[in-house]
Amino acid sequence: MAAKKTKKPAKKAVTKKAKSPVVPKLVEDAPLYIPEPKYLPIRSRGKPTFTGYRRENGRVGVRNHVVILPLDDLSNAACEAVANNVKGTMAIPHPYGRLQFGEDLELHFRTLIGTGCNPNVAAVIVIGIETAWTQRVVDGIAKSGKPVAGFAIEQNGDHKVIWAASRQAKEYLHWASELQRETCAIDELWVSVKCGESDTTSGLASNPTVGNFIDKMDAWGATTCFGETSEITGAEMVCATRGKTKAAGEKFMKTWQAYMDEVIEPYKTSDLSDSQPTKGNIEGGLTTIEEKAFGNLEKIGKKAKYVDVLEPAEEPGKGKGLYFMDTSSAAAECVTLQAAAGFVVHLFPTGQGNVVGNPIEPVIKLTANPRTVRTMREHIDYDCSGILRREMNFDQAGDGLIDITMRTCNGRLTAAEALGHRQFVLTKLYRSA
Amino acid sequence: MPKAPDFLVHEVEDTVGVVVVETVKKGSNLEGWLMAKDSTLKIKSKDAIPLGHKVALKDIKKGDTIIKYGHDIGKAIADVKKGGHVHVHNVKTKRW
Repeated sequence: MAAKKTKKPAKKAVTKKAKSPVVPKLVEDAPLYIPEPKYLPIRSRGKPTFTGYRRENGRVGVRNHVVILPLDDLSNAACEAVANNVKGTMAIPHPYGRLQFGEDLELHFRTLIGTGCNPNVAAVIVIGIETAWTQRVVDGIAKSGKPVAGFAIEQNGDHKVIWAASRQAKEYLHWASELQRETCAIDELWVSVKCGESDTTSGLASNPTVGNFIDKMDAWGATTCFGETSEITGAEMVCATRGKTKAAGEKFMKTWQAYMDEVIEPYKTSDLSDSQPTKGNIEGGLTTIEEKAFGNLEKIGKKAKYVDVLEPAEEPGKGKGLYFMDTSSAAAECVTLQAAAGFVVHLFPTGQGNVVGNPIEPVIKLTANPRTVRTMREHIDYDCSGILRREMNFDQAGDGLIDITMRTCNGRLTAAEALGHRQFVLTKLYRSA
Repeated sequence: MPKAPDFLVHEVEDTVGVVVVETVKKGSNLEGWLMAKDSTLKIKSKDAIPLGHKVALKDIKKGDTIIKYGHDIGKAIADVKKGGHVHVHNVKTKRW
């Protein structure tokens, strides 16, 4: 198709309004058209509301997915075939689920069931190799009251299962697509946080921006969650004092100590002095492990105190407020566990530019690094680099973050959603039998 | 709008600030933003300090605790003059 020759292509990317599209000779000269936002400006000062999907158990979601969930690695192909047959559904493949045992198996089930129960999910199809474990996941998800059906491949084969599951998935999709959003109070929102590819701008500006958000959300009665047991090393004594009760602080120290004893001690090859901070951290200006940890801890603000310490993927059970979850500091593993615990929107401050996303929980990325904004803008939902130039303070940056979070809850797709980042990464505690 | 700062300081009790520009040479006159009080600090740098690295806000003696974010982030293993570069050559963790 021969494009009509137009005037000289624009030299620089036009990021504002442009009159009409032109066909650029070079792709890198392509202007970028950003339509005027249609949303009404949300009052970021003061208590906001958002629109969400109220589920059978009363919890509120901000997405409306019909998920095709594999019990195990063997069932990924059938799940992907169903999602291909029924457009608008989503398969979330993963590599585990066979010959796991003990605590590792319990975590596997907790993560799958929790993912199905997440209020961002309207209905679920579970496919597994055999009936018993498939049934266990179906029963677990059914407790939330949402529609769920399971199919087992043994003695049926992929073709029959794909046919039956596709038939059911289509009915769920029709049903889910007619569900309506309703206005919800901010204390019904569950928000998780975790940072990644951090640099000095993280501790300086993007983490404290999240901290400002958490302090405000906590005062409004939202439920929030932070994790990263390993990255708190160096600030663990101060983190212990952030427990709402003495018991919560002690439970945190016990969790942190168990991580040191069970993970670091048996596998370390030296003390952490060579790896924490990393060579890259030191190059960037971080001097000690304490400095790195306190920069991380800036994410929980100055006032909020955690009400309890959660197992990986454990649903909070002590009412509204801030929770600590025992997680890895690997981005996708941590977000997957938080989503499985029921969190519906995630804040991810990054320095050098982590690109992580999650299939069911929208991940909002923010950075204060102006170079990352420049070089990786397609991944960044919120730019708070103005802090480094004294153009905004933490209060204003936090309000801006509340604003983009409310817009995301109301339906704005995140960069990670638009780019198809669906890292569903199950945490494995030890190798399978 | 105040001028863009050369370094940022989080808390009043912090003994170091973080340089946010790429132009700090020995003898540069630096302006810092103390974020907790929204006030301005002035310091003359004693060293060239790269972006993201720390500057001493007061004279620090060997053995002194370094405070950032209002917390103990390690100890000085050498004296540092006000305006000096604070990093792995003069500060160490108290952990090991």
